[in-house]
Amino acid sequence: MSGALTVFKKELKSFFFSPIAYIVITTFLLLSGWFFFSTFFLYNQAELRNFFSQLPIIFAFIVPAVTMRLFSEELNSGSFELLSTLPLTDSAIVMGKFMAALTFIGLMLLPTIAYAFSAALLGDLDWGPVFGGYFGALLLAGAYAGIGLLASSLTKNQIVAFIIGMALCFMLTIFDRMLFFVPERVLAVFAYLGSTTHFQNISRGIIDTRDLLYFLSIMFLALYATTFVLKEKR
Amino acid sequence: MIEVQGLTKFYGDFQALKGLDFTINRGEILGILGPNGAGKTTTMRILTCFLQPSAGTIKVENYNIFDHPLKIKSMIGYLPESAPLYGDMLVYDYLAYVAAMRGLEGGDKVKRIAQLIDLCGLKEVVHKAIHELSKGYKQRVGLAHAMMGDPEILVLDEPTSGLDPNQIVEIRQLIKEIGKEKTVVFSTHILSEAEATCDRVVIINRGAIVADGATASLAREFGGGAVVDVSLYHPAAQLVAAALRQVAGVERLEEFSEVQEGLVKMAIFSKEDKDIRPDLYRVIREQGWDLLDFHRRAETLENVFAQLTREN
Repeated sequence: MSGALTVFKKELKSFFFSPIAYIVITTFLLLSGWFFFSTFFLYNQAELRNFFSQLPIIFAFIVPAVTMRLFSEELNSGSFELLSTLPLTDSAIVMGKFMAALTFIGLMLLPTIAYAFSAALLGDLDWGPVFGGYFGALLLAGAYAGIGLLASSLTKNQIVAFIIGMALCFMLTIFDRMLFFVPERVLAVFAYLGSTTHFQNISRGIIDTRDLLYFLSIMFLALYATTFVLKEKR
Repeated sequence: MIEVQGLTKFYGDFQALKGLDFTINRGEILGILGPNGAGKTTTMRILTCFLQPSAGTIKVENYNIFDHPLKIKSMIGYLPESAPLYGDMLVYDYLAYVAAMRGLEGGDKVKRIAQLIDLCGLKEVVHKAIHELSKGYKQRVGLAHAMMGDPEILVLDEPTSGLDPNQIVEIRQLIKEIGKEKTVVFSTHILSEAEATCDRVVIINRGAIVADGATASLAREFGGGAVVDVSLYHPAAQLVAAALRQVAGVERLEEFSEVQEGLVKMAIFSKEDKDIRPDLYRVIREQGWDLLDFHRRAETLENVFAQLTREN
């Protein structure tokens, strides 16, 4: 486990050594800020629902940009050879990198708490959905980071990793809006696969095990697949 | 200490290793030699548990690479070819990171890092980012990486490639120094390097072992004898060759194409260890030829290598 912790610290540090981190954070804050405040005053209600409803689509682009370099860069430069001949398991490497990405996204979300305080100043803010929203956002980020990590382990090229990761996350995000293509008999199954509904449930403050299970199983599957891909590379 | 058994590796249809068998003894400096693409790197990557073999296995002190990769990794320090380090990290940070990976903490960590900075001569670059370093310094950081956990076995893939002559000598000395206590396996295609540093040499060609033995005995075993270089003035090279071929003990005679009108240059190979120079010289003196150059050179590893790995 100490191996995973070392990987985690190293990765988190190198996020902030590269300019990509700052570009990603800025883009995220600009996008989410603009989407939120451009309509905030029209509703005349002190709530963050609009902010959270935009998150899945923003995350579908931002999270793969955070995770794209995690394996691709190592595979490209060959440093993966050094990493994987150090005494630690593949799953420790994957967990370390995943936790680093998730922590980075958490830090990226941190400044948006200012939105909640601004809303609380202007009206009577219900904090329940706000906490639910951030909790859901972390779950969503975890699921997308897992997918992004998987995409990154597939290729030496960061751009390709970004596009694969983005396409997969985007698909999960818009799944709910594509359900009219699906035959009625299997509708329930497909409805479960989209990420947006699950996220909206949690961000309303309703913590349902089905929604938790959805995000946790996507994380698990993606991370498991990533260790599998790394193993197959040998 | 290390036992390689029937090691086979396929990359798709291409068979990179064709059943290698050899052992590496404790405290030995073993050189793996071979032309480019012979399978040196593949062998080392399997030994360090980076790749898995298609068939066969490697045992390190009775630990199998399939069942105990972590145990083996903790016993081996590895420097891959061209030392692919994290470019954006500072040298000190990188060493601290590797130390943490090797389970060193607190005072031990600081002490070991200081030791390696001293040993590998990194003092001047400790606070530089790795991507700013020259090739030689990068190689030294890579070496420090490999030695961090004080491993029993060091595996170095072409440790001197891309270094300047002074650095090469330094690294070789370092390898010899380490080799006094540890087991060192390193690959190279520079033969003089192997001759200067290794106790034992394994020569690989096209994924198969063609020679395996102590560096000193290998030349004798495969070369089997010595070579005498002769150059003299004579208008008819054929005549000279015919006369010298008659001398007892001469096995083969290689004529160099005419460098200059009237100059004959040839290499005369003898079968046994017996010195054939007196007999050769007697013939030359009797004929009254003008001798320019006459000396014997021992069969070097270079000749053995060329002979064993030449395309057939």
